[in-house]
Amino acid sequence: MSTSTITSVETGLPIRVTPVDEVSLEARASSLATRSIKTTSKRAALNLSIRCIDLTTLEGADTPEKVASLCQKAKRPDPANVDVPQVAAVCVYPEMVEHAVEATKGSGVKVASVAGAFPSGLSTLDARTADIADAVRRGADEIDIVLNRSAFLAGDEKRAFEEIVASKEACGEVHLKVILEVGELGSYDKIRQASMLAMAAGADFIKTSTGKISQASSLPRMLCMAEAVRDFTYHTNIPVGIKAAGGIRTAKQAWHYLVVIAETLGTDWLNPERFRIGASSLLNDVLLQLKHLDSGYYSGPDYVTVD
Amino acid sequence: MTGNIPITKTYKLFIDGAFPRSESGRTFSVVNPQGELIANASQASRKDLREAVRAARSAQNTWASRTAYNRGQILYRVAEMIESRKAEFLDLLKSGGVNSRTATREVEESIQRWVWYAGWSDKYSQIIGSVNPVSGPYFNFTVPEPTGVVGIIPPSEPSMLGLVSRLVPAIVSGNTAVVISEGHSSLTAITIAEVLATSDVPSGVVNILTGDQTDLLPWIIGHLDVNAVDISGINQDVDLTILEEASSNVKRLVSRKVDEESLELISDFLEMKTVWHPIGR
Amino acid sequence: METSASKDSSAIEDFGIDYAPAIESTSLLNIKEKYGLFIDGDFLDSSSSNSFKTLDPSTEKPLSEISEASSADIDKAVKAARNAYEKYWMTMSGAVRARYLFRIARHLQERSREFAVLETLDGGKPIKESRDVDLPLAAAHFFYHAGWADKLDYAFPQRKVEPHGVVGQIIPWNFPLLMASWKLAPALACGNTVVLKPAETTPLTALLLAEVIKDVDLPPGVINIVTGAGETGSALVEHPDVDKLAFTGSTEVGKLIQRSAVKRNLPLTLELGGKAPHVIFEDAALDQAIEGVINGIFFNQGHVCCAGSRLLVQESIADHFIDRLQKRIELLRVGNPLDKNTDIGAINSKAQLERIDQLVKAGVEEGAEVYKPSCSLPEKGYWYPPTVLTGVQQSHRVAREEIFGPVLVVQTFRTPEEALEKANNTPYGLSAGIWTEKGSLIHWMAARMRAGVIWANTFNKFDPTSPFGGYKESGFGREGGMHGLAPYLKTKRKRSQ
Repeated sequence: MSTSTITSVETGLPIRVTPVDEVSLEARASSLATRSIKTTSKRAALNLSIRCIDLTTLEGADTPEKVASLCQKAKRPDPANVDVPQVAAVCVYPEMVEHAVEATKGSGVKVASVAGAFPSGLSTLDARTADIADAVRRGADEIDIVLNRSAFLAGDEKRAFEEIVASKEACGEVHLKVILEVGELGSYDKIRQASMLAMAAGADFIKTSTGKISQASSLPRMLCMAEAVRDFTYHTNIPVGIKAAGGIRTAKQAWHYLVVIAETLGTDWLNPERFRIGASSLLNDVLLQLKHLDSGYYSGPDYVTVD
Repeated sequence: MTGNIPITKTYKLFIDGAFPRSESGRTFSVVNPQGELIANASQASRKDLREAVRAARSAQNTWASRTAYNRGQILYRVAEMIESRKAEFLDLLKSGGVNSRTATREVEESIQRWVWYAGWSDKYSQIIGSVNPVSGPYFNFTVPEPTGVVGIIPPSEPSMLGLVSRLVPAIVSGNTAVVISEGHSSLTAITIAEVLATSDVPSGVVNILTGDQTDLLPWIIGHLDVNAVDISGINQDVDLTILEEASSNVKRLVSRKVDEESLELISDFLEMKTVWHPIGR
Repeated sequence: METSASKDSSAIEDFGIDYAPAIESTSLLNIKEKYGLFIDGDFLDSSSSNSFKTLDPSTEKPLSEISEASSADIDKAVKAARNAYEKYWMTMSGAVRARYLFRIARHLQERSREFAVLETLDGGKPIKESRDVDLPLAAAHFFYHAGWADKLDYAFPQRKVEPHGVVGQIIPWNFPLLMASWKLAPALACGNTVVLKPAETTPLTALLLAEVIKDVDLPPGVINIVTGAGETGSALVEHPDVDKLAFTGSTEVGKLIQRSAVKRNLPLTLELGGKAPHVIFEDAALDQAIEGVINGIFFNQGHVCCAGSRLLVQESIADHFIDRLQKRIELLRVGNPLDKNTDIGAINSKAQLERIDQLVKAGVEEGAEVYKPSCSLPEKGYWYPPTVLTGVQQSHRVAREEIFGPVLVVQTFRTPEEALEKANNTPYGLSAGIWTEKGSLIHWMAARMRAGVIWANTFNKFDPTSPFGGYKESGFGREGGMHGLAPYLKTKRKRSQ
């Protein structure tokens, strides 16, 4: 695309949406992935990764017990080591919100709920805003919705934008994360546009993926979104958060994301208020790495809890 | 009575499509092998050279931005016009002591050079250029471009073929030229200028100075706005240290034999430009 | 180790971009105390016994003592090259020459880490660059040209090609091994033998290459490596039995070499300085353009002849772009070149540091505004922070002279015509950059910029298949690709035609 502009609902200012060059973007992401994270930096990265995790279970077979188990892991990732911090939040379906609220009460671990006809987003807007309001009523601290890719890709950006505005209203004071489902957008230009659109419409966070499709998060896609956040914040002074989700399973992947955030948005974004990683299996790999740092020996999967 | 006194031609310089006398007012005598005066030709000064370079520079961009097809047609048209003035060139060559058979061959070959190089105008970049398979997501290609303003010191012998063989491969790609011709060959050079002046070759593309090579050589070699000099016709007795000044602007110096026509002679006055662009969505 | 590790665990440090040191080990190096000249397949002492030290510019610590070749040594080297040319190299088929080049390529790949560490130590460039750029490209140049050795007839249709014989090559200190590869590989593929002079501040990787040359059993004398400074270089340039010269370095020295060569009608290629314009249009992919500008000027501390040293940014976005650029520069990590996270290493030599400093001061005197990031520099060694000069006019020295350091000058323009005029208003013509999303504008600019390499929506990319070289005072002749072969061959008309 060539340049277009988008206007922020909060500032009323038009912002230019700049194009993205795929090859240079990917080269930059690869270059950031060569950062060598050792010793004290590695420990700090592992701990920060844990603090930023949205520990997630989004299965049709989720039960109150499963959610309780997840919440326990969220509060105390390593029962043997009190120095290991708790995760940022647990992320569940609306039906599970009350169980999660109960299980995390008083811990500081937040409860996030997907809502709004997750993962497709293709039900009526009324049904979706009702779903959001319901999850909020059940006690969710944060709501993860999806961008209407159908409208966005069909060229009805106005509708996609207005739906986010409506969803934000339904959230009230609760934080809204907008999932772009980057793997369905087809190009970095579209990811950049979608990012700007979601932020301008009032998203508190923009998020890569539902985790429900194979083309989920990737380092260059995260970089593309981070550059959009940088640009939006530059023009509006509104610091929008960013969340990577889908396919992040290893500690090394996690610190690559941290490096991308640090060197694109700066250290102000290196905290759970502005950065999240949605994941389920990642936590155990980070714990194994921490054990290795502590003992000097490589650990094994029997030494972390499977929840 | 007047019919018995032939009107002799005044040979002047050829700069920017016009035929001025040298600003110095000087001339030199051109004689035949018997020592008889044929003409008083203009002796160009360094200021004439400066004007010629200025004209060549201002004509260069527009000449280079003509389509290759158009340049080819213009050069072919020159061949047509020389063909129609064959007799005049034959007489000129003979007046320099070339026998009739050799002169005929030289004129024929000179015409053929124009035709041959005219045909190259829209082909050489396909032979010389390339698309380069770099190991990365980039489209990378190399195209030839004219060097710019070229000085040409053609060999005096053979006077017509020598000049044509050096001039045409230089201008076919979009260079403009400043030629320095001396002695008897000046007459051929200026006669070619007359052909060019009435052809479609734009003013300033070819500029021809006649005079003393030794006078003008240091000025063209040292001129900062001349990109290349063809020294094929440099006199044997010239002290080559005058070429040192070519380094003042890292000037390209070229020296070739004139007995061939070759794509390489076009390449001598080309710069290769390589362009990279990413391939992505 | 373990106790200190568990001690650390109690204090959770913040993760930030001050990454913990990640120093590449030098344990695989075996630097000798003294190096001789590599002539006729062996290391010989210099006839004059003169020598000089090569330093690690990041610490000023001496690394080794290097022999200085006298004119008698040059004579010996040229004789060895002549002998090798007549005795071995001329008589070998292209296919056999190719085998040797393939072998050199493989050895470079196998010993890549060792070469990379040595390059960084001797020259001060960040290990990530010597590891990810210099070494892979050096090997690729040998690999690419190896394949040409038995296919030269295909590159010159209807011509009969012949090597020149003995080639003298002089290379600079900014990409020591890579420049050696750029020079050696095509020369050898075309059937020439070589006397190569590395730069005096960075001789070590060329000398390690000499070991590789021995290991691959290249016939003695085919490559000779003579170390020394300017005098050694001019002895090579002036030697009467050298058939062709190739030089990469400053325009100043290139001109001297041309003066010497023209009198003897000696074939010559020159790859000289530059002052590349890097043009940013308002519709560009700005985030990538910023990375491109950063890479364009700070890659290898700006010790790059094709560096994008003159930023021309469209006035409508200039304030925003420069602001963003300065924020980006804050993130550059300047320091120990062996640290895998270092972005900008040490300045190659004291002399170069002084030149950079002097030119920047001249810029300030002429009215430029200086921006330098808040990074701290090591106490020992030669360092210069990444620097941006704004408010620069076309007439300022810093806008016209090559600084060859991490210093970017910024100018603005309003229209494509103005950008083009400013871009071309220089005696140099090596490279240029364009950033715009408008395809037709790219071609409009690319066709009009007087430079040998145009990077559109990218910068500082190199490949052995891609011809490299300059217009105007940036030199003549090309290196790389099919076009890079021509300077190493004589061509004649084929009789059969």
